[in-house]
Amino acid sequence: MAKTKRKSFAEATMSPATIAVISLFALLIRVLVSIGPHSGEASPPKYGDYEAQRHWMEITLHTPTSEWYRNTSSNDLSYWGLDYPPLSAYQSFAHGLIINSSLPSSLALLSSRGFESPTSKRMMRWTVISSDLMVFFPAAIWFVLVHYRRRNQEDGSAWWLLSMILLNPALILIDHGHFQYNCISLGLTLGAVAAVISDKDVIGAIMFTLAINHKQMSMYFAPAFFSYLLGKCLRRRNPILEVVKLGFVVLATFALVWWPYLYSLEAILAVLARLAPFERGIYEDYVANFWCSTSVIIKWKRLFAIQPLKILSFILTVSSFIPSLIHQIKSPSDHGFLYAMLNSSFSFYLFSYQVHEKSILLPLLPASLLAQQEPLFFGWLMYYALLSMYPLLCRDKLILQYMATLALFYLIYCSPVRRNATKGYKLSLPMKTLMALLLLSSFVLHLIYLIMKPPEKYPFLFEALIMSLCFSQFVMLTLYTNIKQWMLSDNSPQTMSKKNL
Amino acid sequence: MSDLAWFFAMAACLKLLLIPCYHSTDFEVHRHWLALTSSLPLRQWYSDLSSPWTLDYPPLFAFFEFLLSLPASFFDPSITNLHSHNLSSPSAVLFLRLSVSFSDLILLLAANLLSAPFPSLRRRITLLLLIWSPALLIVDHVHFQYNGYLLGIFLLSLALLAQGRDLLGGIVFAALLCSKHLFLVAAPVYFVYLLRHYCRGGLWTGTRRLLTMGVAVAAVFAAAFGPFVYYGQIQQVFRRLFPFGRGLTHAYWAPNFWVFYILLDKGLAFILAKFGFSIPTPMASFTGGLVGESSPFAVLPQVTPVVTFLLVLLAMSPCLVKAFFNPQPKHIVRWVSYACACGFMFGWHVHEKASLHFVIPLGIIATNSLDDARHYFLLSIVSCYSMFPLLFEPQEYPIKVLLLVIHAMLMWMGFSTYFSQRTNTKGTKGNDPKDHCKGSELIGYVGICYLSGFVLIEIWGQFLHPYILGNRLPFLPLMLVSIHCAVGMMYSWAWQLRQILRYT
Repeated sequence: MAKTKRKSFAEATMSPATIAVISLFALLIRVLVSIGPHSGEASPPKYGDYEAQRHWMEITLHTPTSEWYRNTSSNDLSYWGLDYPPLSAYQSFAHGLIINSSLPSSLALLSSRGFESPTSKRMMRWTVISSDLMVFFPAAIWFVLVHYRRRNQEDGSAWWLLSMILLNPALILIDHGHFQYNCISLGLTLGAVAAVISDKDVIGAIMFTLAINHKQMSMYFAPAFFSYLLGKCLRRRNPILEVVKLGFVVLATFALVWWPYLYSLEAILAVLARLAPFERGIYEDYVANFWCSTSVIIKWKRLFAIQPLKILSFILTVSSFIPSLIHQIKSPSDHGFLYAMLNSSFSFYLFSYQVHEKSILLPLLPASLLAQQEPLFFGWLMYYALLSMYPLLCRDKLILQYMATLALFYLIYCSPVRRNATKGYKLSLPMKTLMALLLLSSFVLHLIYLIMKPPEKYPFLFEALIMSLCFSQFVMLTLYTNIKQWMLSDNSPQTMSKKNL
Repeated sequence: MSDLAWFFAMAACLKLLLIPCYHSTDFEVHRHWLALTSSLPLRQWYSDLSSPWTLDYPPLFAFFEFLLSLPASFFDPSITNLHSHNLSSPSAVLFLRLSVSFSDLILLLAANLLSAPFPSLRRRITLLLLIWSPALLIVDHVHFQYNGYLLGIFLLSLALLAQGRDLLGGIVFAALLCSKHLFLVAAPVYFVYLLRHYCRGGLWTGTRRLLTMGVAVAAVFAAAFGPFVYYGQIQQVFRRLFPFGRGLTHAYWAPNFWVFYILLDKGLAFILAKFGFSIPTPMASFTGGLVGESSPFAVLPQVTPVVTFLLVLLAMSPCLVKAFFNPQPKHIVRWVSYACACGFMFGWHVHEKASLHFVIPLGIIATNSLDDARHYFLLSIVSCYSMFPLLFEPQEYPIKVLLLVIHAMLMWMGFSTYFSQRTNTKGTKGNDPKDHCKGSELIGYVGICYLSGFVLIEIWGQFLHPYILGNRLPFLPLMLVSIHCAVGMMYSWAWQLRQILRYT
């Protein structure tokens, strides 16, 4: 059930009842997806991400904090060793405490590996759902309210934006189907966005630091936050004081989260080594980024050692986000900040070292925040983002949930109430033909991947095809958003008014 | 995309997501019927004993199962294998679940016909009530049944009657009776209405029309039951269709009149025993499941099927009288719904699911007036809540609660917007306080108290009861649900009766 006829009683902002209905509906979809299978269900010996999370609860519960990131007799790092920053570990510990109080056997040290039972699955699922409810949902609501309070927009309605953010099928499928806790780091990031655009820079800095400390992948947004906050500070009366204040807040938050490891440099380095597993290669599996897609032609892994590849990917990543960084320092604006987040996360996704297919969730977050301004872009990105995770979700046996949430998303995307708002688009005929062809080919790829067996000589032919298609789209989209960011008017009214403060 | 397609597609997505949910033994019942109709010749359909789930729906439904079995054997031959008992392979679940979703298309068709004349917002609210009914989702797409299909036929016939196409409406209703005989309870209203509305216009036209209708309906019945008469199976068919060996109530009491009767009996027995009368404890218990031959009542007289039958007829007689003297198409939905409500309140061995038979049709007229909306708001919550015990596993618990809460909120928002809009446009025409609505007035204080009762009962049943009483009095939570819902149902029945007496 969803939200129709909203426009008539919520023109610009939303009533609490509207917020409640949308949130409950988003919750219902999460609950429904969560009754499906999870990654690595009943597939020993390594299982999947579900087992990884369960294993981290087991490790954090039964070993001292200092041993969490070290190889010990009870903590075998080669079996799903902890490879997220300490905040993730604390979260595992907290969830472990809850589950341990009613089902200790599911978290027993060593003996519980691969533990699966309906009850434990339900409890694990609810740890994700409750995290989502406590972090991502409030952040999304806060963002939409702030967004509408600041920009008296007429182009669309708040309920639509909120449902676009909350009903992101990629996030739902990965968190509640595949099993991960992206809702926490993305929720913290979203909260940080809402905070900084409502001028609560300190709170924003704290929340973003926490996001980085939950998943290091949140660093994809760091250039955007850095440049936007720096650009804003430079326009204040005491720029240096402002910068120092924010720097102190970030450092203090880091220190707090890393407290148990601050006793020696060696301990910190041990954790860091777990967070940046360079030895795992420049890419794993099939991911629609530069390295994987071009490896069809250039065998990066074979031609280069790890060290030069590291430098190469670093240079490419930095040079691709530099333009958007400069733009935000020069003329920071709410709008430009969201584009900068999009651009910097895209450049990390496309060029950085060791990217997972799930990392497409990061560009999707700012894209969903820009859904009102860029509906066509957002719809297009969502589709190809899902396609890029399709092989993964097929392996998890989540095809049914994939189809249903995808359809649900596009139904709300072009719900009867919204129709007028999207009509503004006038595409040229060649553009339309191109888009239709791309859609057709991706439909065919969906089907082929599901039905046909690849030729024996190229067992990963279809994956490679899907990835190249998605890669081409992502490159086009990020070129578009980079240009779009630079074309934003330099003197947006908000920056002007801030100057006068 | 039209509103209609959009609503249906949204519901279809939810139905897809519900596929991995728990399904009841009704799933195996229908799976078995698929196998039965595809692998046995027609004359053995009603005499086969290869499974305890014997065919007990009328022949048209059996033909429907036969049609479904054709693609089923292509999809996965084990579905139509008579010997694969308790099959719940992913492919079987997928096929049967999808077949329910597809058969819902007829509900879509009926909803389209019914809501076509309404203005945009009212149309959306009606679609919300019919297509997004949480009770239908729970019963059809989790528990597993084909109510959407049957109610679709039902609504289709009502739509035809409301449009004045009486003959077609009558034929569709006859087809419905041959698919599910529980709808027989609406037959008296149909009969009286069609007799007076369709067969009017003088002796000659009247007789000609009566004959036309008679022949048409008889043809439908002949098509359905004819083959079984031909094979000499007809007695066996009727034995299967009307098993009166079952008790007055189900193990879980459907929230109807008999709940109060049983309670009164227990109460009287308790009081009389206090005063020293020796009261023999009844052999059969209501909470233990099947009720046998012996009287389960300690004090009050035994209730027989005939008594319930007469009581149902008596209860619906006011609406029959009204339909006889003033047959009008605009009232037909209300009369037929009321007849179904009577069957639910006083019938023999009623299932809680039968409340759908009048809750769904009443959705059509829920936007007629603010009073209707108020009544419907309460009724649909009661009806949906009374189906909660169907899904007893912890996995589905949040699903059923969320479905009901979201639906109630959407209904509330829809009704309050619609009626406040209506007041605004009518505003200049004098302030009629009756049609004025500010949302909070949709449910009065009594309604709020009553609805909070549900929350309390739910909290008691889910948390406090196991905590305080442990395993003692295991039937108490269900009994509380029955009693509380029965109060609401009784109110709804009386409200409908009053509405009919006053306004039709």
